[in-house]
Amino acid sequence: MASPLPSLAKATTAPAVLVEDLRKSFGATRVLDGLSFEAAPGRVTALLGPNGAGKTTTVACCEGLQRPDGGRLQVLGLDPVADAAALRPRVGVMLQDGGLPTGVGALEALRHVAGLHTHPLPVDALAERLGLTSFARTRVRRLSGGQRQRLAVACALVGRPELVFLDEPSAGLDPQARLAVWDVVREARASGVAVVLTTHLMEEAERLADDVVVIDAGRVVARGTPADLTRGPAVLTFVARPGLPRESLRLALPVGADVVEDQPGHYAVLGIPADPRVAATVTSWCATHDVLPEGLGAQRRTLEDVFLDLTGRSLR
Amino acid sequence: MSGSASLAARADGPPAPSALALDLTPAGGAAPWWRRTLRQGSFEARIALRNGEQLLLTLVLPVIVLVAAARTTSLDLGTGDRPSLALAGVLAVAVVSTAFTGQAIATGFDRRNGVLRLLATTPLGRSGLLAGKVLAVLLLVLVQVVVLGAVALAVGWHPEALRVLAAVPAVLLGVAAFTSLGLLLAGTVRAEGTLALANFVWVLLLAGGGLVLPSPIARVTDLLPSGALGGALRSALAGGTVAAGPLVVLAVWAAVATAACSRWFRWE
Repeated sequence: MASPLPSLAKATTAPAVLVEDLRKSFGATRVLDGLSFEAAPGRVTALLGPNGAGKTTTVACCEGLQRPDGGRLQVLGLDPVADAAALRPRVGVMLQDGGLPTGVGALEALRHVAGLHTHPLPVDALAERLGLTSFARTRVRRLSGGQRQRLAVACALVGRPELVFLDEPSAGLDPQARLAVWDVVREARASGVAVVLTTHLMEEAERLADDVVVIDAGRVVARGTPADLTRGPAVLTFVARPGLPRESLRLALPVGADVVEDQPGHYAVLGIPADPRVAATVTSWCATHDVLPEGLGAQRRTLEDVFLDLTGRSLR
Repeated sequence: MSGSASLAARADGPPAPSALALDLTPAGGAAPWWRRTLRQGSFEARIALRNGEQLLLTLVLPVIVLVAAARTTSLDLGTGDRPSLALAGVLAVAVVSTAFTGQAIATGFDRRNGVLRLLATTPLGRSGLLAGKVLAVLLLVLVQVVVLGAVALAVGWHPEALRVLAAVPAVLLGVAAFTSLGLLLAGTVRAEGTLALANFVWVLLLAGGGLVLPSPIARVTDLLPSGALGGALRSALAGGTVAAGPLVVLAVWAAVATAACSRWFRWE
């Protein structure tokens, strides 16, 4: 029976996934370097990280597809390798590379996976919700990337799992398909399913996840709710005509302030927290310079700002 | 870390009510193992029967060889009545086509495309996947036996119950040996290599492996699974005897290849 209050369920139930100090190397390459996190029932946990951060390897260890070199790993209280047979019916998996049988029609593949379970979701309803009906009879090998993604999400959920791993569920999806997938994921969460997804899409982590685990170079560099992660001093921003004398405004502000023009006409006051006095100073400076500041207000840092601060800007 | 606060802060709100609401309440459970195996077996057999290239290999070519071998007299098929010898040889070819070549190619590409990985995470598991593959091979061989038997009747074969019965162990051990050899190839060589090798070996065995024609170098080919399978089927269908020697050879190949598979088969 699902708890009507997922947030309470978190306090009273054991974690669906418990990862402590996970280590894994492929040859000389250390992929997981002491990674730890938890995922709770009735919550969406996003593993967020740049390419090659170790997200897929982490999930593969949780799915029993990879054996970690060290650390502690519990999935629904069990060992993913030793208790694989007990876990398989209770855990849904969507792999990044798909792994769907290619020589059959889309819904035939979904029906096949459904038939391996005792109480699967009705295939037609699931197909309708994820927009699979328009290509129901198309061979899997002829599907577009986005169509395959949605089919793979359906295959992960069709057995009514307690825990579902989705490796980059919205990669290659158009906005409508992404919303459809997100809706189904939210419904699974509301039913008490623990959802663990990997993503490098900020928007996905910000809008879908309850808990975000930021991974870089095989370690957790930050975790918390999206609100936690983006908490911190807000920054005062406004829009006005390009090319204002920023030095003059800086001198009018308290010591430590800096004024930047990120894009032409978009100004931000950095170095000092946004507060009413700063706002008043900016407003009066603008008045004396015959400038109307539009959209003047305190701007939260986005998850993307936090992510780039934590993982750097170099390309992987 | 308050969950309710973060939920309240979410701009998207609760999921929109849908006409097609899904009951996603967890209820994960595995279907019984025999049903999983049956489903996987029939699933794979259906895929194979829809694959044109594979049908060419498993049905069309054996039928052509059967008709040619039964009708022409220029080929020396050995001692015995011609249609029985032709059917024996072609059944041996059919078993190798399905259990070895077709199955190795399908498994090789499934392995490369991550299908083995994904199915291993479903209630099927790795053992169920293998059991399903063996069942699929048996189902396909059954289809081949029915089709080739019918064609053989049309070209003058007169079946005798005892001889047909005597062929059963040869077919089953042949399936065991060639299925495990096919899996060994698919699980150790990359997909393109498997494709090339599986077809090459098929041609090689057809030409000189003792499948259809008694081999000129019988000392060698009798110890090969192909020569043993061809020999056992010829003894059964043309002579009505269960030939112990070839069956032992097949059993040894099956055991060795199965052991090698469990040691070296790589899932990804």
